[in-house]
Parts: sequence; structure tokens; C-alpha cells
Amino acid sequence: MPDINLATATAAEVLGALNNRDISSVELTQAYLSRVDALNGHLNAVITVDHEGALTAAKDADDARHRGEGGILNGVPLLHKDIFCTSGLRTTCASRMLENFTPPYDATVVSKLKAAGAVTLGKTNMDEFAMGSSNETSYFGPAHNPWDLSCVPGGSSGGSAAAVAAGLAPLSTGTDTGGSIRQPASLCGITGLKPTYGRVSRFGIIAFASSLDQAGPMTRTVEDAALMLNAMCGLDPHDSTSADMPVPNFHDALRGDLKGLRIGLPKQYFSELLDVRVANRIQDALKELEAEGATLVDVDLPHTQEGIATYYVIAPAEASANLARYDGVRFGHRCDDPTDLMDLYARSRSEGFGSEVQRRILVGTYALSAGFYDAYFKKAQQVRRIISNDFKQAFDQCDLIAGPSAPGVAFSVGAKSHDPIAMYMEDVYTLSVNLAGLPGLSLPAGLINGLPIGLQLIGRAFDEATLLKAGHRFQLRTDHHRLAPPFGEIS
Amino acid sequence: MSVTASDVAQVALLARLTIPDDRIDEVTDRFTRVLDLVAELQQVDTDGVLPMSNPHDMEQRLRADEVTEVNERDHLQQPAPAVEDGYFLVPKVID
Repeated sequence: MPDINLATATAAEVLGALNNRDISSVELTQAYLSRVDALNGHLNAVITVDHEGALTAAKDADDARHRGEGGILNGVPLLHKDIFCTSGLRTTCASRMLENFTPPYDATVVSKLKAAGAVTLGKTNMDEFAMGSSNETSYFGPAHNPWDLSCVPGGSSGGSAAAVAAGLAPLSTGTDTGGSIRQPASLCGITGLKPTYGRVSRFGIIAFASSLDQAGPMTRTVEDAALMLNAMCGLDPHDSTSADMPVPNFHDALRGDLKGLRIGLPKQYFSELLDVRVANRIQDALKELEAEGATLVDVDLPHTQEGIATYYVIAPAEASANLARYDGVRFGHRCDDPTDLMDLYARSRSEGFGSEVQRRILVGTYALSAGFYDAYFKKAQQVRRIISNDFKQAFDQCDLIAGPSAPGVAFSVGAKSHDPIAMYMEDVYTLSVNLAGLPGLSLPAGLINGLPIGLQLIGRAFDEATLLKAGHRFQLRTDHHRLAPPFGEIS
Repeated sequence: MSVTASDVAQVALLARLTIPDDRIDEVTDRFTRVLDLVAELQQVDTDGVLPMSNPHDMEQRLRADEVTEVNERDHLQQPAPAVEDGYFLVPKVID
């Protein structure tokens, strides 16, 4: 292997080596597959490895490069969260319900990344149906945090975050319904971007809450996230909620300084409830942004607390409708020897879904049921608008909003899994961003007792460019994103 | 807001889930805790506020009414647990 340390390599570095013909995609893919095979037993970050498909795709990428062809990620290995349908490759959503499901088609994100030349190594672990903040609701068992294997990697995109942090791939996809990209990125010390709702097609992503779900890149650096976002995003005729908006070249948008940029600090994000060690890391990060020319202003997001209640009505309600499709008839788990149709439905679903998924289906069904719809679902949709308006007003005074990505660092496996409310609080800083449909970026901001914590930047709708520019400038000044867990060196 | 085990059983029926008798108290307890959490919503004054179902208030985009897909029934039925002659098989519904 030429001078590439896979434990810390970025996609940009890997692309440079491929373009210089220092290494072939087949060699690179073999090397990453070897790391997956050697390390995944400790991490449980990957559910399915596709050795054969990856090597075939790598060969195709090498051939394309020889012909002077190939997309913007040609030959770069990548892992997909196991929520993206991959044609011919098992897609479980980390659920018994889909344990043996092989999709007949690719998600748009998957086909776009394939067209850009990325090589799919396999599928990453996650919370079941993306419902969780620790990866512990996975039917396949929790993924582990490479910074401390006794800790969770966060969730729901925990396997993707752990895999990038441990150098199993330079890039992975994630999805974020209430923080599922940003919180695990924070807990694993990587960069994670939730784009604006509608920026990336949801076609072929197993649905959780359709008005909140959004896919995005999970990477080491902002530069890689910019490259990957360009490869993933854009209008898709297969998703009527994908946005018909111009797509800038996000990599070009990284240039330029932050002079005149106003960064809003919501007082609700810096209350006395915030762990003082986290607050200190965030304050340190803000000083770096100030040194780049940004100015800090106080803003108000008065319904931050109510965001949790709003989310935990809307997300389960939408989930209960989306997950009604798992009926044991057309695809997914079917119980043995059903006595009648009702038994087929109820037993297939009760056997196929884990307890957190069932809890959310129950809450969502209740919130949508006759007599409770106005008090819960309609009320939550009204508060959602108030929260969205709060953000609009804040953005009259600033260009970005900053705060923590998560209330603390990674916690031990099992520490919160018996208390759903404690787990829900993990997403207090992230889920309002989904309610308002805005883009959010989590950036490594240093360590607390050896565990990473993330800075979150929130942007205006469809202004990922400003978010990425600020993140890139931050990473040019800091080394937090270059830190790698000691675990990754074991191989 | 308190709900009883029979309320939860009724919701489970609507959701096509079965909760074993030995778990109904635990499920009811956790269900109640989630309802207590979301009760916070009732404190927000929402008089005259339009419900928001899409974060950008987007209109549903329509496409031209043209055939764009080919019939792939056999391919798309491959993941089904039981099919026969292109139909999904379920237990007998009508005697």
C-alpha cells in the first residue's frame, strides 16, 4: 500500500491516490474489506459485507478511470446504512421484520452514488427502523463505539458513524429523522450532515417519518461531505417531496472566509442543564469561528423544550402509518401457520418488530385515533409551525445557528436502554431542526475524557453551502476531525 | 394523562399488534410515560395556528399522466412470503 493510512484516510486523499494511479480501486477496496473483516467482530458496525459486489464495482471503476471516465467519487469505497434499498443486496433496517429482505431496486441515493463511481462495501448497523439514539434497538445487537467499545456509537446511524470513525470506509450514508446522523457523528468524532428536507431523494429509503426523514453524508471531513452531497442530492421524479431547487457545487462553496457571517447562539441551547464540559468545548469552537471573522449574536428559540413533545407525536404518528405496510403479505416476516388474516397480521408484526418500534407504533396509532387526533397530532403540527417560525425569526438576526450536537458524550451500552424518555433527550438539540426542515451539520469539537463531542451548526433552508463553508474553515483551523480512536490502529 | 391496560390493548388491536398478558403492565407503564412527556404540548397557545405537515409548505408536485413504468410483477413479487399465479397468498378469508 502506498502512503495511505486507512484508519484516518479521507475520501479526498483516497481520490488523489486513485487519480495519481498510486493505487487501484481494487487494491483499495480489498484493503478496506480486510479492515472490515478484521475489526467488525469488535464493532458490529456492519450487518452485511458484499465482498464480491464491491470488488466487481471496484474493477469497473478502475476500467472507467483507464478510459478517462468515471464520476466524482470514482473508485472510492463506501458503506450504506442498512435503511437504503440496494438491489440484490439484503436490506434489513436492522429488524427481524426484514431479516431476509432483498430489495428488487436501488434507492435513488444508492443509484446516484453508484453513478458517481462509489464502491459499496456493505450495509451498516442501525437502530431498528431508525428508531433509537444508541444503536441498541438493532435486531443484530448494538454497534460499539470505537473510542470505547463498552459505549454506544449513538444512533440511529450508529454503525455508519462507528465505521467511518474506525476507518472501515472513508464515507458512509446515514439518515436523520430527529438527529440520527448528527448525534452519532458527535459521539463517534466524525462529520455528519443532515441536508435540508427535500434536498436528497427519499425514494428507496425505508420510511420512518416521511415529513422528517432526510439522508446525508457521514465522513471524516467537511470537504468529503461536500463531495458526497453533490453526488447524492437533487430533484428526483420518484420522490414528489424532493425539491426542485438549484444545486450549487458544494466543493466550490468551501472557498472564502467567514467575514461578516453572523452566528446565532440560542440561549436555550446553553442553559444550566448543559454539561459544563460540553459547554466549554462549544465555547472553544465558537472562538475559532470568531477568529475566522464570524460574529456571535444571541438569538431566541423559545420552544426548544416543546420540540421534544412535538417530535414524539409527529414521528410516531407518521411511523405508525408507514409501518402499516408490514403485514406479512407482500414482503417481510410472516408468522408460521396463521389461523386467519387477523392472526397473520398481528402475529407477523409482533414477532417482526422489536419493543421500541412497537412502542412508537402504539403511540402513533393512539395520536391518530378518533377522539385524540386534535389533541395530539393536530396540536403537534401546530406547535411544529410555531417552532419553524422561531427559526425563521432567529435567522433574521443571524446566518447560522450554533450549539451542541448532543447533550453529552457516548454512554455505556445499557445505560439508557430501559428508560425511553432518557433516550429521547439525546436528541433535544437536533430534532427541532428536522421539524423545521433545516440543514444541520455536526463537526468534531474535541474530546471529553477521551470521548468525542460535536459542534452543531444549523443553516437556512437549502443553504448547505454556508454551513459547509463555515465547517470547512473550522476544520482548517482545528485538528479534532483528524483524531482517530486508538482502536483503529489494531489491525 | 393516564391510560389503562385495556386502552393500550385497544390501541394494539388498531395497530395490529399483540401484547402478551405478562407484558401488558410494562407496556402500559412506558406508554403512559411517553404520553406524560408529550402532554407538554397542551401548554403551548396554538390558537389560529395552521397545522404544518410539510416543513417547506410544499405543494404536491404532479406529473403528466403518462405510462412511465413497465410491468415487473414477477420481479417485484420476489420478496413476497407466498405467491401463486401472480397473486399474494393469505389465509382463507371467506368460508
